[in-house]
Amino acid sequence: MSQGNSMTPAAHQGSQTMERAAVKGRSLWDDARRRLLANRAATISMGLLIALVFLAIVGPFLTPFTYDQINKNDVWASPLTAGHLMGADSLGRDLLARLLVGLRVSLAIGVVATAVSLVIGVIWGATAGYLGGRIDELMMRLVDILYSLPFIFFVILLMVTFGRNIILIFLAIGAVEWLTMSRIVRGQTLSLKQKEFVEAARAAGLSDQAIITRHIVPNLLGPVVVYVTLTIPAVILAESFLSFLGMGVQEPLTSLGTLISQGAQDMEAAPWLLIFPSVTMVATLMCFNFIGDGLRDAIDPKDR
Amino acid sequence: MFRFLLRRLMVAVPTLFLVVTAAFFMMRAAPGNPFDSDRKLPPEVERSIMAKYGMDRPLGEQYVAYVSNVLQGDLGPSLKYKDKSVAELISEGLPTSATIGLSALTLACLVGIGLGIIAALRQNQMIDNVTMAIAVLGVCIPTFVTAPLLVLVFAANLGWLPTAGLNGIRSLILPVTVLALPQIAIISRLTRAGMIEVLRSNYIRTARAKGLSEARIVLGHGLRAAILPLVSYLGPACAGLLTGSLVIEKIFSLPGLGKSFVIGALQRDYTVVMGVVIVYAGLILLLNLLADIAYALLDPRVKLS
Repeated sequence: MSQGNSMTPAAHQGSQTMERAAVKGRSLWDDARRRLLANRAATISMGLLIALVFLAIVGPFLTPFTYDQINKNDVWASPLTAGHLMGADSLGRDLLARLLVGLRVSLAIGVVATAVSLVIGVIWGATAGYLGGRIDELMMRLVDILYSLPFIFFVILLMVTFGRNIILIFLAIGAVEWLTMSRIVRGQTLSLKQKEFVEAARAAGLSDQAIITRHIVPNLLGPVVVYVTLTIPAVILAESFLSFLGMGVQEPLTSLGTLISQGAQDMEAAPWLLIFPSVTMVATLMCFNFIGDGLRDAIDPKDR
Repeated sequence: MFRFLLRRLMVAVPTLFLVVTAAFFMMRAAPGNPFDSDRKLPPEVERSIMAKYGMDRPLGEQYVAYVSNVLQGDLGPSLKYKDKSVAELISEGLPTSATIGLSALTLACLVGIGLGIIAALRQNQMIDNVTMAIAVLGVCIPTFVTAPLLVLVFAANLGWLPTAGLNGIRSLILPVTVLALPQIAIISRLTRAGMIEVLRSNYIRTARAKGLSEARIVLGHGLRAAILPLVSYLGPACAGLLTGSLVIEKIFSLPGLGKSFVIGALQRDYTVVMGVVIVYAGLILLLNLLADIAYALLDPRVKLS
């Protein structure tokens, strides 16, 4: 600011703010947000997903029936009869109430199991990528081996072994889904650790552990966020598979997969029992997939 | 090539071993045993049954005995079906499962690659957008939703196809289609992405400059490079088909391996569960190996070592 001396203080201040405004570039995240909001499918999906999450959290408190309330007079009630907006099942339980609870359980499993896979995958991948060398080779070879296993078998065996415990479903599915996450994280870490700021941190005397948690992991955020939005639907699907095979959530609690499974058995007598849960499930999965695709395009536009 | 195969086998064999070990101990940790039934057996009868199958010995000893039997090619008797061996059960179920799985894989590759090429050639046009929208739907609609819906329409209402059971080729149409749909979606997306990238490359421009026909360029030169990502997806694809087949066999009540596995796991038929796990894990390892070889054959830059 060499000629700043000749200005009045007020004008000087004004030019400074102007200059700051001109200098303030768009950050990577600003750009990403703009691109994401320009993506119509992703924006609509975000709106719909927020609505679904809201319904799953609040909805069960608002329905006239509870999800496990058996109404002997309303067996097989069609939609819009006897106060059942979406009809009732073979025990006269209100489908809307069950659907909302099922959505809540499925979403919860999706989020918690993904969080489990996130923690394992990020720690595993970042450690392997950062340490490199033989440890890296060993850790990733293990991932390769696990990749080639028919995992659904182990999840089924787990369910058989420990009983149908909902917490165990979280853990089992999370423990299966971390493999891809660890690969992505490792790849990113390999390139990150060459960067100057990591070298600077090492020169400053930080321990490996501190460098991984404070410098590597925060910089992995972009690809990890994208993959998280794609893992949640995969987890919801996996839980539904288990429920469909009769090894998921236990009655009277329910999940989207359990509802679809029951609906499929009764579909000729009561097609609504299959259709409403199926539509809800597909809508939820599509939201996540569109948001994930949109995020990927937004954060990493060269992959379009 | 020979060294590559040897190295891969040296990984595959311990992997298989690991699978067998994990499955063995997990199965045995499950509460209950195959001889539990509604009618409580007198203790001495139960003890003699256990002794007959060697299940009165310590678990470690049983494990060693089991593995050495398997190494000699003996998967043991089924604990639930009194007069059948596990090998017999598998040879009854495997043809059904393999037919469905391979048909679905072939169908998925043909349709998926075809749709992918068309979408890539008409990038961002109507047909591309429609195909990709269908592809997203295909990933999002699980097989256990498509299967009952298709049954409802084509079997129950229109009566064109049988609802369930295994009875001639017509009874395979619905299961194979349902199993192939999600894979078609993924394969068409992979092919489209690969093809779009390849069509921009220099050697395609050279081929165009030489005046080759569009069909030659796309199918002869482009496709070979474009399906590389697809080949490396084949391993996971097979695992996906396998998962799907568990559901498909249940919905269409097909007498396949997946059904034996699920029922075996629920009834604690230890030997059947172990046998099916060994067959499936072996198949997946084999298919992964084949995918690697195919990759190297398609891409001369990859050296197997």
